[in-house]
Amino acid sequence: MSMDEPDTRRRLDDMAQGLIGKPLDRTEGHLKVSGTATYAHEWAVADQAYGVLVRAPFAKGKILSIDKAAVLAMDGVLAVIDDDRLLRNPAQGTANEAPVQGAKDVVYLGQPIALVVAESFEGARHGAQSLSIEYDADESVAIDPEASDAQTEKPDEKQFSQGDVDQAMQEAAFTVDQVYRTPGHNSAAMEPHCAIAQWEENQLTLYGSYQMLKYNRNELADSLGIDAEQVRIISRYVGGGFGSKLGIAPEAVAAAIAAKELQRAVCVTLSRQQVFEAVMRRSETRQHFQLAADKDGVLTGLSHVSLVSNLPDETFAEPVGQATHFIYGGENRRIGLEVARLNKTCAGSVRAPGEAVGVTALENAMDELAEAAGIDPLELRLLNIPEKDPEQDVSFSSRKFRQALKQGAEAFGWEKRQPVPGQVREGEWLIGMGMASAARVNVLMQSEAKVTLSADGSVIVETDMTDIGTGSYTILTQIAGEMLGVPMNRVETRLGDTDLPSASGSGGSWGASSSGSSVFLACEDLREQLCRKLDCQSADLTLKDGQAIVRNRSHDLVELLGGESLQAVGIIEPGETSENVRQATFGAHFAEVAVNATTGETRVQRMLGVFSAGRILNEKTARSQCYGGMIFGIGMALTEELLHDPRDGHIVNRDLGEYHVPVNLDVPQLDVILLDERDDHASPIQAKGIGELGICGAAAAVVNAIYNASGARVREYPATLDKILPYLD
Amino acid sequence: MKSFDYQRAETVEQATTVAAGKNASFIAGGTNLLDLMKLEVLSPDVVVDINRLDLNAIEQTDDGGLRIGALVPNSKLAADARVRQHYAVLSRALLSGASGQLRNKATTGGNLLQRTRCYYFYDTASPCNKRSPGTGCSALQGQNRLHAIIGASEHCIATHPSDMAVAMQALRATVEIEQTDGHRRQVPLQDFYCLPGTTPQRENQLESGELITAVHLPAPVEDSYQAYRKVRDRASYAFALTSVAAVTQIRSGTFSHVGLSFGGIAPRPWRDTEVEAMLLGQTPSRQLFEKAADRLLEEAQGHGGNDFKIPLLKRTLVAVLSEAANFGGDA
Repeated sequence: MSMDEPDTRRRLDDMAQGLIGKPLDRTEGHLKVSGTATYAHEWAVADQAYGVLVRAPFAKGKILSIDKAAVLAMDGVLAVIDDDRLLRNPAQGTANEAPVQGAKDVVYLGQPIALVVAESFEGARHGAQSLSIEYDADESVAIDPEASDAQTEKPDEKQFSQGDVDQAMQEAAFTVDQVYRTPGHNSAAMEPHCAIAQWEENQLTLYGSYQMLKYNRNELADSLGIDAEQVRIISRYVGGGFGSKLGIAPEAVAAAIAAKELQRAVCVTLSRQQVFEAVMRRSETRQHFQLAADKDGVLTGLSHVSLVSNLPDETFAEPVGQATHFIYGGENRRIGLEVARLNKTCAGSVRAPGEAVGVTALENAMDELAEAAGIDPLELRLLNIPEKDPEQDVSFSSRKFRQALKQGAEAFGWEKRQPVPGQVREGEWLIGMGMASAARVNVLMQSEAKVTLSADGSVIVETDMTDIGTGSYTILTQIAGEMLGVPMNRVETRLGDTDLPSASGSGGSWGASSSGSSVFLACEDLREQLCRKLDCQSADLTLKDGQAIVRNRSHDLVELLGGESLQAVGIIEPGETSENVRQATFGAHFAEVAVNATTGETRVQRMLGVFSAGRILNEKTARSQCYGGMIFGIGMALTEELLHDPRDGHIVNRDLGEYHVPVNLDVPQLDVILLDERDDHASPIQAKGIGELGICGAAAAVVNAIYNASGARVREYPATLDKILPYLD
Repeated sequence: MKSFDYQRAETVEQATTVAAGKNASFIAGGTNLLDLMKLEVLSPDVVVDINRLDLNAIEQTDDGGLRIGALVPNSKLAADARVRQHYAVLSRALLSGASGQLRNKATTGGNLLQRTRCYYFYDTASPCNKRSPGTGCSALQGQNRLHAIIGASEHCIATHPSDMAVAMQALRATVEIEQTDGHRRQVPLQDFYCLPGTTPQRENQLESGELITAVHLPAPVEDSYQAYRKVRDRASYAFALTSVAAVTQIRSGTFSHVGLSFGGIAPRPWRDTEVEAMLLGQTPSRQLFEKAADRLLEEAQGHGGNDFKIPLLKRTLVAVLSEAANFGGDA
């Protein structure tokens, strides 16, 4: 099915099993808490050897030679691989082909340049640490995107202009003209990257930790120079992705090459330090905002021009202005993006690329505009919600933006906020409130699933979709159970294997709606097949608890099947609704913080997020994702920052001891309100993506609250105490 | 990790004998050593396991103080009723460090000997005088948010990361050391650590093979105000940007005892006896506290990323002393 028309039937609402939307526990949860879910590194493949990637100790230049002999002579070392097919960095999401290869040309410090394989992991690691290389380092290393001699590009397709922003700024009653900066971020997934490669003849099986298997299979095959049919990837459980496992990565290609050469299974796992320096970072951003408003606070002009960075030859550029295009109105608009070419770890998708940082800075600028115009920040947002897409002549699909703002304000007690900063004090702590809007583009991707209704009345769902901790297993089980009228424990969902039908994969928040729609469509087909047996219309068929009820008569499903199994394949494809309406998810963040008047330390005291993302498939897993996004928002606001050495650009805080994600004590009571919504344009299950919405704008609510608490206007993230201290008495 | 010999010591004498004269490391909790060995920042030829030694007790001493065995875990020490009652600053400092799991493994002796968290010390591709003498200090012109503002040298600006040691110094603790000749000596904690000077690789007074066997705390200061104020980027599991440990007593409106120690700002837990002397016998006042803080920071020097520690430490010290003054305790 191509999504060309809104599906107003809302078929899931007609079903009787009562699973959809319920806050059900994860179906695989007991495996995870008991340590029996098999993650990539845990596959007990017989006779494995272990490989450890070797790191380039310089930022730019050429490897001249590698002294393999000395390391090969070490106890237990089996091979030193410096094959030209090794990857210098992972593939970008949905690349579907090999990323840049040829590890001998070094473009950043920490780039993998070789693999040492040994009988033991410890032996391989010592071999990797001992490998001596001769190289020709190029001293002209580019680190700072804002340096006067930085090489920058301005891709035409990433520049947008409408009307005349400069004139709007001149004529405006109120303006904001400020620069905001966000630092690089690491995805910080709990499970480090790992791949175990095993060949049988010319067939490769790779146990790995990846988010998008159908693309990863092609990327791996292309990297190795073999056919995709020769590659099978298995990723049953993935310990967090956040973008870091979208594309095939150096460990997979290295493991496959080594396994082929040694005729033996090879396992390559990245250390935490390697995850930091050889996997995608989120680019740092410099965001220049110009906001022009009339005397009532209505936007007349909006300019958002950003500078980001990446390695030479990488096409990905953090899409900072992605949501700026449609959140707020304003006749005169300019959205631009410039990319600096640097010798720093590859930049790619990390936790809501674009909106996580772009909406955040926009919401800081809106806070400043509210103050300039003397309007409550909440009111300012409500005033500027556009009726239609402000840049294209299209309507929005479902959009409960206004309701999210209003309901959130009421639930949070926003009216208690003091408009003048620094008015509320509890002992040594200054207390303040802040808010921000949330928005994220919605995307539907092609996805395929096969559903089998077995003769015994049980159901099998098969697709190469991944569950990266988000709840895919659970929601796909719910959808099949709901559509076919069987309880959860009668549905088996098989994921994470390229031998299964190709799914959308997990990323860009599109996994649930895309793969969920494919399962839904397969189930619709199965319902039609049952209708033919019962000689009825699908609308007249009720399936519940293994019974088929038609015209007030109940038939036992097993008897109806009569020993036969039914099978159907569902395929969803994006269609015209991706173009003829603006699809996005929306929400509102509210935060209360305490800023220590002595030290400038900030602690978040409570946070509320209100989100509208179409149909919620599982209230519990959806809510958990929102919590996760908001917690990353706290991290972005207060602590997270990749620190690069100013001389060679390498990431110096390469572990979770020094790269500070929030810990339990940093996270206060969080509340999430999920608005009831159906988006008929988005998908036949009326669901949109929710995974990334929670982070979009969250950090701005915290930083705006810091201003309200203390008068410290921090425009460079994170808002560490050194940036707040100068504002304190 | 390089291959190494593993030896388990059954007695203190055996431990020091095995280690003397060799490239050896004692291992107790291993919470820092194992990381350093995996990264090959440290590559001992011999690892001497001291976990079986009888150094796991907290005992009352004849002078009314406590003798804390070197193998007492941080969590046990923090929870000890005598420590909580009479040496609250120590309990608070311990609980402000690391995580529950680490505190269960980390020991008293090991905590004193943990290494700096300077990023460059942990990265074998970077020059570092502490790790590879003579290669240079990367932090000086690099990322130095965590680094020292006092007591550093142009050869090394790393800080000592311990919270526990800062509190022990405010309590005027001494370190009990088993020498390789079988004798034991006691060194005041404030003399135990070396400043980097031109030899940042040497961090303390221990000679090859010598083992810390205990830490001694003197008799408690009666009616004292005790505080450990740790300022950090996140609420837990972060090293101190600055910390202040205070043990003070006020009699007849003036300071009759002042023990102050500072963390996160120097290559060792920092004590400035002149600052303590300035306060002793004086009537508490904000003006006095500011004067004391200015004296403490007279020679402080930032390196860019850590400049903020200078005003931060002043503010923190003044706040702690103000609280000490309000605590009163006048008899």
